[in-house]
Amino acid sequence: MRIVADSGRCIGAGQCVLTAPDLFDQDEDGLVVLLTGSVATEADAELARSAEHLCPAAALRVTSGTDDAEGQPGA
Amino acid sequence: MSRPSAVGLTTGNAPLPDFPQLRTCPYQPPPGYRDLRLTEGPVVRARLYDGRPTWVVLGHAVARELLIDPRLSSDWGRPDFPSPSPRRKAIQKSTMLIGMDPPEHSAYRRRVIPSFSVRRTRELGESIHRRAGELVDALLEQGPPAEILRGLALPLSSHTICAILGVPYEDHAYFEEQSAMLVSSQVSEEDATGALMNLRDYLTSLVDRKEKESEPGEGLLDTLVHKDLADGSLSRDEVIGLGIILLMAGHETTASMITLSTFTLLQNPSQLEAFRNDPDGAGPAVEELLRYLSIGDVAMRIAAEDMTIGDAHIKAGDSVMLSAAEINRDPEAFEDPDVLDLGRGARHHLAFGYGVHQCVGQNLARAQMQSALTLLFSRIPGLRLAVPAEEVEIKPAQSGVQGIYELPVAW
Ligand code: SF4
Repeated sequence: MRIVADSGRCIGAGQCVLTAPDLFDQDEDGLVVLLTGSVATEADAELARSAEHLCPAAALRVTSGTDDAEGQPGA
Repeated sequence: MSRPSAVGLTTGNAPLPDFPQLRTCPYQPPPGYRDLRLTEGPVVRARLYDGRPTWVVLGHAVARELLIDPRLSSDWGRPDFPSPSPRRKAIQKSTMLIGMDPPEHSAYRRRVIPSFSVRRTRELGESIHRRAGELVDALLEQGPPAEILRGLALPLSSHTICAILGVPYEDHAYFEEQSAMLVSSQVSEEDATGALMNLRDYLTSLVDRKEKESEPGEGLLDTLVHKDLADGSLSRDEVIGLGIILLMAGHETTASMITLSTFTLLQNPSQLEAFRNDPDGAGPAVEELLRYLSIGDVAMRIAAEDMTIGDAHIKAGDSVMLSAAEINRDPEAFEDPDVLDLGRGARHHLAFGYGVHQCVGQNLARAQMQSALTLLFSRIPGLRLAVPAEEVEIKPAQSGVQGIYELPVAW
């Protein structure tokens, strides 16, 4: 499972960091930084999805690709 | 053709209900909204104080959808931008940051968010906690009766805003006094305007002083002065305007949440007991209080284009209002929404809004609430209301921030 963060959309509310501090951080400018691009465990996946849902700016996307796969498979 | 714009989801020619309506209980949404949501659905038609028809959003899912839809504008500068009350209309004239759309809004917001990041909030958390402790100690020292809004909530939020903006300690008292006056509903409109002018003068001289310092300090104003004002990307007026809007946005709301939360916990002894017994429970407890109380009740938007949401055909120029209080009691989003359940752990409430305007100071508000409530109830175990609950007076909806005027307590 992959996480994609669009710092161009991010409004720095920090919901992601509060939800999953192991997956997200904020940089000096207060914008989202991914600490990891992919999540291995189901618990982390759950947290990532929760952050995606809570992000007020729709800046996060959790996709079902595996480790190094580019985004979504197929099509 | 008599009233073409009044065609909506209401049947026939029945008069439209008013919006906003009054709370009858300080911690419950106006009861009329529930009836509307149940009979007419999550998006209803209503009428504003000036007779203008409006859409009112009462459902959680549709609110999330609408609040990130760029076709809904927040630009308070539009001449036909709707207002829920005459008082709000007056405030809407000073529009910095809140009443703007992207990309203008994004450019301003980017300049302030580093000061509100989770990390920065944690750094400030210690000083917030210390100040909350001092204030609770002062209440204890002074002895009962005491008053929570002026004795704890307002001074704590002033302290926090001072720290964020970089107001020097020696000016603390003056700044606190003026800002408390600005947002207190008990001073006259005239005194409030006077306080706003004093604060503007004060911030102007503070910006001047900071400009002369060779080393910038820690505050947001320091950064704005030494970076954005220095390189010409912000004008002096813009820097001062940002200071004023952050002060106004964060001050009354947080103070009101602390006061109303105290009241709500005192009215729910079993939840208060749970709160006292769970040292790690302050985070979720505050989240639930935010959802349950939803004090920033009304969000205003205007449709920039025609749009259809469910059964609602919203036309360009239509007013769209959202009631956070009712949205946060939507049973499709929260199980048993009318139950105050501090352990609920639901964070998808819209008490801070949603979309690009979601409250920039939300994490600071959380930190203040956690410190104030934890310290208040642990250090004063016998805390109780000093007046019958029915005598606690509710602020009218027009003020924009739900709350109570004062909370007298004893122990
Ligand atoms: S939750 Fe969204 S808006 Fe907030 S910091 Fe994370 S990515 Fe940015």
